[in-house]
Amino acid sequence: MESRINRCLNRCRAEQRSALVVYATVGCPTPEESEILIHRLIDAGADMIELGVPFSDPMADGPVIQRAGQVALKAGTTLPEILRIAGRIRAAHPETPLVLFSYYNVLLNHGLDRLGADLKAAGVDGVLVVDLPLEERGEIIPMCDKYGIELIPLVSPATSPERAAKIAEGCSGFVYCITVRGVTGVRSSLPPELALELEAAKQACRLPVAAGFGISTPEMAREVSAHADAVVVGSAMVGTLLDHGADAAVSLIGSIAGGMR
Amino acid sequence: MNSHYGIYGGQYIAETLMPTLIELEKEYLKAKDDPAFQAEYRELLADYVGRESPLYYAKRLSESLGGARIYLKREDLNHTGAHKINNTIGQALLARRMGKTRLIAETGAGMHGVGTATVAALFGMECDVFMGAVDVARQAPNVERMKTLGARVISVESGSATLKDAMNEAIRNWVATAENTFYVIGTVAGPHPYPAIVRDFQSVIGTESRRQILEKRGKLPAEVLACVGGGSNAIGMFSAFLNDPEVKLTGVEAGGEGIETGKHAASIGGGRVGVLHGCKTYLLQTPDGQIVEAYSVSAGLDYPGVGPEHSYLADSGRVKYVAINDDEAVAAFDTLSRLEGIIPALESSHALAQAIKVAKNYSPDESIIVCLSGRGDKDMDNIAKYKKSREK
Repeated sequence: MESRINRCLNRCRAEQRSALVVYATVGCPTPEESEILIHRLIDAGADMIELGVPFSDPMADGPVIQRAGQVALKAGTTLPEILRIAGRIRAAHPETPLVLFSYYNVLLNHGLDRLGADLKAAGVDGVLVVDLPLEERGEIIPMCDKYGIELIPLVSPATSPERAAKIAEGCSGFVYCITVRGVTGVRSSLPPELALELEAAKQACRLPVAAGFGISTPEMAREVSAHADAVVVGSAMVGTLLDHGADAAVSLIGSIAGGMR
Repeated sequence: MNSHYGIYGGQYIAETLMPTLIELEKEYLKAKDDPAFQAEYRELLADYVGRESPLYYAKRLSESLGGARIYLKREDLNHTGAHKINNTIGQALLARRMGKTRLIAETGAGMHGVGTATVAALFGMECDVFMGAVDVARQAPNVERMKTLGARVISVESGSATLKDAMNEAIRNWVATAENTFYVIGTVAGPHPYPAIVRDFQSVIGTESRRQILEKRGKLPAEVLACVGGGSNAIGMFSAFLNDPEVKLTGVEAGGEGIETGKHAASIGGGRVGVLHGCKTYLLQTPDGQIVEAYSVSAGLDYPGVGPEHSYLADSGRVKYVAINDDEAVAAFDTLSRLEGIIPALESSHALAQAIKVAKNYSPDESIIVCLSGRGDKDMDNIAKYKKSREK
């Protein structure tokens, strides 16, 4: 059977638009409030959710996601709690793909086999591990195969087409294209060569591409959606949540979703 | 190159940095076999750093303990006052070879920051040093030294504002700047090939020590000791003795206020396997896999991880790892200062304290070597503060 991620991307393609993927740091500001927020983000037009697992040392993240992670950890957020939240989101939104977005150490500590079983039970579709490149991902592939979890690979502007092709090998959902050389965070503009890079990644990977990092406004999302199958919004939503609260964050996602339709 | 030490090491890092690491490994292998590169490195070690460093027989210390002859490998006499410069010179030469014009570094006690700022000045490169705000406050003299050398010191407020956070911030900066920037990692941690590169540049410590002790004593030492934070002086020292099974090797971690109190920096003695800063190794962490703050009176050992090769050597049993607490290190600091007229770094004082503990187990015709990885001038304020807090 076609995977939930593929069904989602196909549905969006049929509507002649890109999918809107929203990253949320689970547990920020509290586990309960973030659960409610995620339901609202989906209702506001998020097609897919990245469940961000907070980590004490988020080396690939800018100040906004760092701060959100610290808030979530202070609120006592743990991976088992995140998986319980995921299960309830799944029950309420049976067709919205959920991807766990994490640093490796938290997953390793949970135990990879136990993680696979828990992800499957919760109805999580995929896992994206920021610090597990091609060279090391052999550790997690057996778990993904055994439990039917899609491993979402990452490519960056520094990745050569040859390497991108290798990275996509064996993966099936989509490939996450990092749009900028740098960490996550709100940016006022995207690199001019981005369109070319996204097309090149599509060619090399032969998979749908999701563009993420730095996409902050409805205008930017619309612009990028011309070249990507999915557009990821993270820091812009999380920063709005931290500074202006959940209503403002939901309304930002609503206007980005509206702009992409 | 093999990127792992048993199950440890590896390249657990964002994809954006992988092409840079692959290029670095390729360039390093070429440099390693390039006689011109090696000759320039050796010449700088001799004429700029002042190598070789003496292997000094600490006679009064040895006699006061009534056991083995204790020899000190005097890395404290290097230019800039610690072993760190052996590595920063090597990496700066690599950076220049790769056409990079800017160096970045993380630093805890400030010695690696000073070492990097020094070579940046020497090679005319731009230099940014990331340092936790807590360390900026407790290592003020080194901050001034870096600034004098022309480096910018960036105070890192995130997380626990110590060495691990400085390393996070250096990596974040590097992700965005790798095209013109070389990240000079100060210890045998980080993603492959860094642990191997740093070990190779620090191996001069062990190579010299082994030759020197054979010249002086006609036989190998019974035991070799070095302090372990990330563990670069220790790997450099041990590397020459790994194939001498008769030589006992001891790595000394910072026990802080005692491993049982939870306030320590002993990743091997009190940690579990995990992944941080690009490598799999022993780490101080919660059951949920969140990294916890390390603690030691010595800023240079205040790191919640350890080089992956140490994790491997610990599991294999070739190196024994022990912990020395703050009070024992401070006592050793005083002992060496008073008996030998040498003020050791607080980091090195940990290795020294363990040597003082075990010296009497050996006979006077046996020798032990302690890596005196740095000088203690930078620690005077801290020692005074520490002693004052104890009086209360």
